[in-house]
This record gives sequence, C-alpha cells and structure tokens, in this order.
Amino acid sequence: MHIMEGYLPLSHCLGWAAVSLPVVVYGSRRIIRLLNEKPETKMLLAASGAYVFVLSALKIPSVTGSCSHPTGTGLAAGLFGPAVTAVLGTIVLLFQALLLAHGGLSTLGANVFSMAIAGPFVAYGLYRGLTGIGASAALAIFAAAALGDLATYCVTALQLALAFPDPVSGTLGAAAKFLAVFAPTQVPLAISEGLLTVIVMNLLQRYSADELSALKPAVREA
Amino acid sequence: MLKRNLLLLFAVIALAILPLVIHHGGTAEFNGADNEAAKLVETLRPGYQPWFTPIWEPPSGEIASLLFALQAAIGAGLIGFYFGRRSASGPRSAPGRRPEKLAPGE
Repeated sequence: MHIMEGYLPLSHCLGWAAVSLPVVVYGSRRIIRLLNEKPETKMLLAASGAYVFVLSALKIPSVTGSCSHPTGTGLAAGLFGPAVTAVLGTIVLLFQALLLAHGGLSTLGANVFSMAIAGPFVAYGLYRGLTGIGASAALAIFAAAALGDLATYCVTALQLALAFPDPVSGTLGAAAKFLAVFAPTQVPLAISEGLLTVIVMNLLQRYSADELSALKPAVREA
Repeated sequence: MLKRNLLLLFAVIALAILPLVIHHGGTAEFNGADNEAAKLVETLRPGYQPWFTPIWEPPSGEIASLLFALQAAIGAGLIGFYFGRRSASGPRSAPGRRPEKLAPGE
C-alpha cells in the first residue's frame, strides 16, 4: 500500500504530512507517559512494534495473482490505541523508505496517514466497540486486524485518486479503479492478518494477563 | 489452545499457498500491488514522471530481499524473545482465572 517516492504532488505530500505529524507527536508523548506510569508494558510495546515489522515485511501472494503485504498494526491498535500505533507504524515506514526504497520520504506523510493512523483508528474503534458489547477478545481482534488492514488500503486508493483523478469520471472514478487494484488482492491477506493476530492474542491472554490488565481500559477481559 | 492456534496457523498458510495452486501454470506474475497501482497512474496520467526519486535504492533484488529478511528477522526475534520470557515464567493468572494446563513440550 506504500505510495512510491515522487508519486504524489508536493502539495499533497505536505498536506498529508501536516495531518500526520501532530498524531505522531501526540503518540510519542503517550508512549513516554505510558512507559513512566506502566513500565511493565515496555516489553509488550516492543513486541507489538516488532509484529508490525514482521507483517509489513511479508509480501504474500493473493488469489488475484499479485502480491501485497499485511500491515500488522491491528494488534498494537487494540492493545495501546491508535496514537501509540502511529509512532510504531512510522518507524517501520521510515525503515522501508530509507533502506528498501519501498514507499518514500516525500510520500511518508501520506503513507503514515493510511497505515499508521487511519487503519489503526478503525482497528481500535472495532476492538473497543466489539469487546464493549461482549464479543470475545479473539473475535474482536480478528475484526480489528482484518478490517484495519483493509481500511489502510482503501485510504491509499483514495489518496492516489485525489492525486490522479480520472479524466472522465473524476476522483470517484479513479478511486474505484485504484480500489479495484488493491481490494481484491487485499481481502484474503486481511483475513490472514486477522487469523494471525488472533493467535498472538491467544498467546498474550495466556502468558501476559498481567500486562493486559495493566493496559485496561484499553484492553478488557472478554 | 495449542490445537486452536495450530488450526489458525494452518488456515493462514493455506491462504498463502492457495493462490499459487490456483494460478499454477497460468500467466499470473505475482507482481506487487504497489506496482500495479503505479501502472494505473501511468494510464490515468500518461507520461507521469515521479518528481522525487529515492535517495538510496538497494542495488539489486538480492540486497532488497536481504533487507526484507532482516526486517522480518528483527521483528520475529523480538517476538520470540518476548514470548520466551513470558512462557518461562509460566502462565500468569489474572484475578479469578485459573492457570491453564501446560501443553506438552512447553
């Protein structure tokens, strides 16, 4: 879902960066506060960031005959909230932009917005909403991770459509075309990401009950 | 729980293998969706030139895959370290929750 270097006009790059920067700054302050108040969650925070690292490095084949990668942000969003996840996602995007020429510095703001902000917000909302109405943590994290993943790709399609409106059908037409590229490829990957995140959540509930309860109310026992 | 997690893991692996089976012998190239999007940009705005190029690019596909593998290895290593430490101290029980029985081999 990474928009490649130089593929957005300068004004869009600056605009998305202006939207993303405050969230990342706020998220950094949340992390500092979290580590001061609940230092026992430090390792879990690192592991959640590592999960984003792993998943966004895996380019997985999809039924459409093309490859894409999951985002891995749903877990951190469910556990720590979207602002903290924005920081973790930004670190990964920066790593890939600088070392892998995957994504880019000029498009960093836009990519942070889609992968590290929009997706995690959707994931967080779903996780809190579903656990709030009594769904099991497994079901809630599945929906959060899978639909957060899809949301990221929908936002990317929209960002590209805003920059490259279709000459005939305009921005909406272009959005439909970009979605047609991303969505069919991403749906099976989103399901994979959801299932994988359920495994991690199962392990966490078994081995890290202390940390999960320290993170309440961000995490509630199902 | 081990059984359920293994089942989930098999589902994930099956979802990754299935496309390869479906397209076996076909014309699918398994390009990145990002590149497909770049092609679409080219049809919407013929002749579009990116105005900024990456300041550094991996010199070859091998080096790119090295760095991708490194990225995954760092992440997987950290997660393994985390669960290793947590499981070494045994399943923690939340208040009112009985510790589960250890699965064989753990």
